[in-house]
Amino acid sequence: MEWLNPIVQGTLLGGLYALFAAGLSLIFGVMRLVNIAHGDLIVLAAYLGLTVTTATGMHPMAALVIVVPAMALIGYALQRGLLNQTLGDDILPPLLVTFGVSVIIQNGLLEVYTADPQTLNAGALETASVAVGGVTLGILPLLTFGIAIAVIWGLQWTFYHTSLGRAFRAVSDNQDIAQLMGLNRRHIFGLAMALALGVTAVAGILLGIRTSFDPSIGGGRLIFGFEAVIIGGLGNLWGTLIGGVILGVAQTIGAKIDPGWQVLAGHIAFLVILAVRPNGLFPRVSG
Amino acid sequence: MNLQDCSVSRSSKAARVAAILAAVGLLVLIAAPWWAGRADMRLMGELFLYLSLATLWNLMAGYAGLVSVGQQAYVGFGGYMLFALTMLGGLNPLVAIAAAGALGALISIPVAVLIFRLRGAYFAIGTWVIAEVFRLSFAQISALGGGSGSSLPVAIVKSLASGRAMREALSYWLALGAAVLVVTAVYFFLRSRQGLALTAIRDNELAAGSLGIDIWRTKFIVYVVTSAFTAMIGALIFLQKLRISPDAAFSVNDWTAFVIFIVVIGGIGTIEGPIIGTLVFFALRETLADLGTTYLIVLGVVAIVVMLKAPKGIWGVIRSRYDLQLFPLGYRVKHTGQSKEN
Repeated sequence: MEWLNPIVQGTLLGGLYALFAAGLSLIFGVMRLVNIAHGDLIVLAAYLGLTVTTATGMHPMAALVIVVPAMALIGYALQRGLLNQTLGDDILPPLLVTFGVSVIIQNGLLEVYTADPQTLNAGALETASVAVGGVTLGILPLLTFGIAIAVIWGLQWTFYHTSLGRAFRAVSDNQDIAQLMGLNRRHIFGLAMALALGVTAVAGILLGIRTSFDPSIGGGRLIFGFEAVIIGGLGNLWGTLIGGVILGVAQTIGAKIDPGWQVLAGHIAFLVILAVRPNGLFPRVSG
Repeated sequence: MNLQDCSVSRSSKAARVAAILAAVGLLVLIAAPWWAGRADMRLMGELFLYLSLATLWNLMAGYAGLVSVGQQAYVGFGGYMLFALTMLGGLNPLVAIAAAGALGALISIPVAVLIFRLRGAYFAIGTWVIAEVFRLSFAQISALGGGSGSSLPVAIVKSLASGRAMREALSYWLALGAAVLVVTAVYFFLRSRQGLALTAIRDNELAAGSLGIDIWRTKFIVYVVTSAFTAMIGALIFLQKLRISPDAAFSVNDWTAFVIFIVVIGGIGTIEGPIIGTLVFFALRETLADLGTTYLIVLGVVAIVVMLKAPKGIWGVIRSRYDLQLFPLGYRVKHTGQSKEN
């Protein structure tokens, strides 16, 4: 029983990490781009949520109605205006350009919002809980986990049951032939980034309700998302959810042993899985 | 045109002139404690250490294709080894710096075995995870001050040299020596057989592999050697700072972001690039530092623009225009006969 609680809490935390990772996984799947600025974009979404809630007095969850389209728009513009120019055989340009974007976002946020930690006020949702079989479950973590499942299911459905998903898979398989078939890959990439940042917006708002945030935490969120992707196996969205859960459980168990070990335990779990199963637990595409 | 009219040489007039100028410049720099002020010497010392970091990162990313965003792991590790070996081990700081390099090489071996499983951009983030593991681990060691860090005791600082002026001069010379050592070592490494293999891998990994080059081993050697040097530079950096904490030692901004910008702006994949990049970076920093975060935004924008518009950096533009190479690596065919064109 003593260990059941951290395992359950860690599983729910894994939902948030899966949301961090889903956008990363989607972009890599469609255009083989690894976005170093992903973590900073999550933090940007949290700050957009902050601005919307303080300006309008909306509940953070309701602010999603504004923040998700806003982030999607930013994603499309970022992809069409900047990142499309970096795609090619060389891995250096996308890596260094997204690294530059990361530094710009981070310092831009510092400039606008200062370094003070902020949090999104979600009222009763933050503390509400239910007791299930001796374990107390927070409503917010439960909701986060449910949203993660819904988002991943939605992405899977988009990928395999819509014409947009067909376009994503086509450019992913062979960009040139997809182009010959009348798909504009630049537009498709833009849409993929828009979808990815829409998911990122959800992740950012949930992060902002759960914990306090400041402009410097983006790198850490990128790493958590990245670890979930690698643990689960590249290109497998349900694998990413399991990867997030493994990471979350490792962290809560680490924290139970010693509070200073929380994040470290997650990294160590990641490195162990990398050593034992280099392609992750459920690989679908090769890197 | 006969074959006798041609000769193959590595050096060129520009390279010889540059070598002479560099030798003169080096003598002037060695004499800096007699002509420069204390603030200038500190700044130049910092510049030399950044030049070393940039040259090392460039060797990995520009030649071996190992794009790391986690070199702060070895900077911080080296710094902490300096503090641990002097404070807890009782070693002389100079001995500790060399030992930090050896230990850096040692710890980079298992790290390389693990993260070489990741490819391309995932390798990059993997190196960052390693740096975070180092940071969080050192934050747990209470003998080194835990999360808040510690200062180098006065007795250890004094064991370097008793007088303050002498200490500052020594610290400056160590930084200058490190930069010269790193740049020359990389230069001669690239001219060697191993360097040729590395250049071949950079240009076409598949072709290099089919010619019998052991790609994994070549990259592995580069990673371990770079890590060892980076750890030594880290020890020197924190010998200058005299204070260490996990956040400062393993800062991704200070030891990786700036270094990447230096190399990209100067010209990746060349020896000259990091040197020019370091000068540009310090010139920008000294003029724009008052702007605070805006300065970093400007730096990010400049790096993105350079990457998109002139991916070979400032030195790449110069080289394509004037066909210059100050550190001759390749061979050139020259006409020795009447014809002057080549």
